[in-house]
Amino acid sequence: MLTTLINVLSSGLIMGGVYAIISMGLSMQYGVARILNVSHGEFIMLGAFLCFTLVRSHVHPILSMLLCVPVMFVIGFVLHRTIYKKLSDVSGSTAAFESNSMLVSFGLMFVVQNVALLLWGSEQKGYTFLMRSVKILGSPIALNRLLVLVFAVAISFAFYIFLERSRLGKAIRAVSQDPSAARLLGVRRTRVAAICFGIGAILAGCAGALITMINQINTSMGMNYTIIAIIVVVLGGMGSIPGSLLGGFILGFIGTVVNYIDPSLSLVAYYLIIIVLLLVKPSGLMGGKS
Amino acid sequence: MKLINEYKANPKKLILPVLVAALLVLLGLSPNFTKPYATIMLGTIMMYIILSLSWNMFSGATGYVSLATAAFFGVGVYVSAFFGSSLSLPLLMLMGGIFSFVIAFLVGAVTLRLRGVYFTIFTLGIVKLLEQLMLYLEITFNKTRGRFVVSYTFTEVFYWLFILMILVILLSVFIKRTRFGLALKCIAEGEDAAMHIGIGSTMVKILAFAISSFAMGAAGAAMATRWTYIDPYIAFSTNLSFLPVLMVIFGGGRHVFGPLIGAVVFAYIQELLITDFPYVYMLAFGVIMIVSIIFMPNGIVGVIENIVGRIKKAKGGRKNADP
Repeated sequence: MLTTLINVLSSGLIMGGVYAIISMGLSMQYGVARILNVSHGEFIMLGAFLCFTLVRSHVHPILSMLLCVPVMFVIGFVLHRTIYKKLSDVSGSTAAFESNSMLVSFGLMFVVQNVALLLWGSEQKGYTFLMRSVKILGSPIALNRLLVLVFAVAISFAFYIFLERSRLGKAIRAVSQDPSAARLLGVRRTRVAAICFGIGAILAGCAGALITMINQINTSMGMNYTIIAIIVVVLGGMGSIPGSLLGGFILGFIGTVVNYIDPSLSLVAYYLIIIVLLLVKPSGLMGGKS
Repeated sequence: MKLINEYKANPKKLILPVLVAALLVLLGLSPNFTKPYATIMLGTIMMYIILSLSWNMFSGATGYVSLATAAFFGVGVYVSAFFGSSLSLPLLMLMGGIFSFVIAFLVGAVTLRLRGVYFTIFTLGIVKLLEQLMLYLEITFNKTRGRFVVSYTFTEVFYWLFILMILVILLSVFIKRTRFGLALKCIAEGEDAAMHIGIGSTMVKILAFAISSFAMGAAGAAMATRWTYIDPYIAFSTNLSFLPVLMVIFGGGRHVFGPLIGAVVFAYIQELLITDFPYVYMLAFGVIMIVSIIFMPNGIVGVIENIVGRIKKAKGGRKNADP
């Protein structure tokens, strides 16, 4: 009984941690850059495959995750500077930009996914890393899962503190609260938006790298993570970072419990949650007015 | 009568509709003189025309981007799978359409309060929910993932799709000319303003959503009989949600010809590339989608209209300069 409980608890924490990282990135991209980045999952996949490729050429997994950070940032930053910047010049209003940018990110989803398919093929891939297990309260937990858990929680909280305390974090929050007022106070809005898009890509990449340490990966894994991230963001409230953090862990636990009862129902449960939630409270747990 | 007078006054306006009618007649007769392969391909193209025109009927008109196309298509597919042995093809299509209509009406009634990106997410969620639910039900109660569907010859399917396509084209043109179409346009341009001038915006949206889903369901029912084997992944493939959107964006949604051109172009490119270069095809799909949104806000039709407008202007300018 205790073993099961600890198993469910640790799995919930691991899943929740990964979901939280993914969702904070998506939430920030929407909150600041006004882009519902449907290709977010593809960046997770990209991060996973970058990490996998590095590990294959004998780089340590943790080092490869760190190497993913600058690469992902540059990809995200440049994408925003080119495509989305151009799009915001073309779109007349914020509402038009939101709907156009979502459609563009659908296009991006196909581009990234199929480039990856051309590069890496469609087979399952993976490597073994720290497969030993340690005993916690009498029940065995694999070391790699424990490591992912630590990293997931550490990254989530580091990111949260970055937003709360640093100057750039304050600028980011300012733009998400009131873009025009932020601009009046000297915050360079498009630049901050581009940085946010880059940071979102970093978080996606890190999550992808963490996933490689515990699971097998394949090039079509992105879509499911995108949907999970969107569910978490809706659950926590669009654009609310604490909401995503909380929502990630809630969904992680729900997912683990449902998975424990009947694995084939976990996605159905997620979709039911999102549908009920959108109907009852579209602004989410910690969101303001919608 | 008014319409006839309009055309009498300006006979040039007749050229395009007559040309389209001639093309349609030719298309309708094509199975008699083309190879079976061409008939199959034309059938697929017509399916995409139906899907993109009916998508445009609601989403193009109102600006509510729906990704539920695959959901309603899949409902039609499963109607054929369940009742295929007891009903004829036209009845299956009718029933697929009615099922989709009812589901869309219910879904619309609860979701069309949501605006913008929320609505889009929700519709994508519906596709995935139906897919996963169907998968769960099939595996739990049937012990298999897929089922066989009673099959009809592709010529038969071709003719019924052809009839459906004509109906959808006529409906698209017709709706644009009615008060209903105007109401949809008002909603796109400013929903609050539309409500203030007395448009029951929720009911109009729900009806348009349900009508457009009817055609999607009917198309699904017809296509299922051509595929013979289906499973939830085939029936609710998200590509069927995305492709019509791309086709309309590429062709341009303001005019009926836009989705038509988009559907023909992409269905043909798909036919050429998908077997040998599936990844390249999907890659091109993404790139064209991005480029179209940024550089062609009114699609190919918009570009053509621009060019024609410029030529006319240049001609008019010359006339003025040299009387």
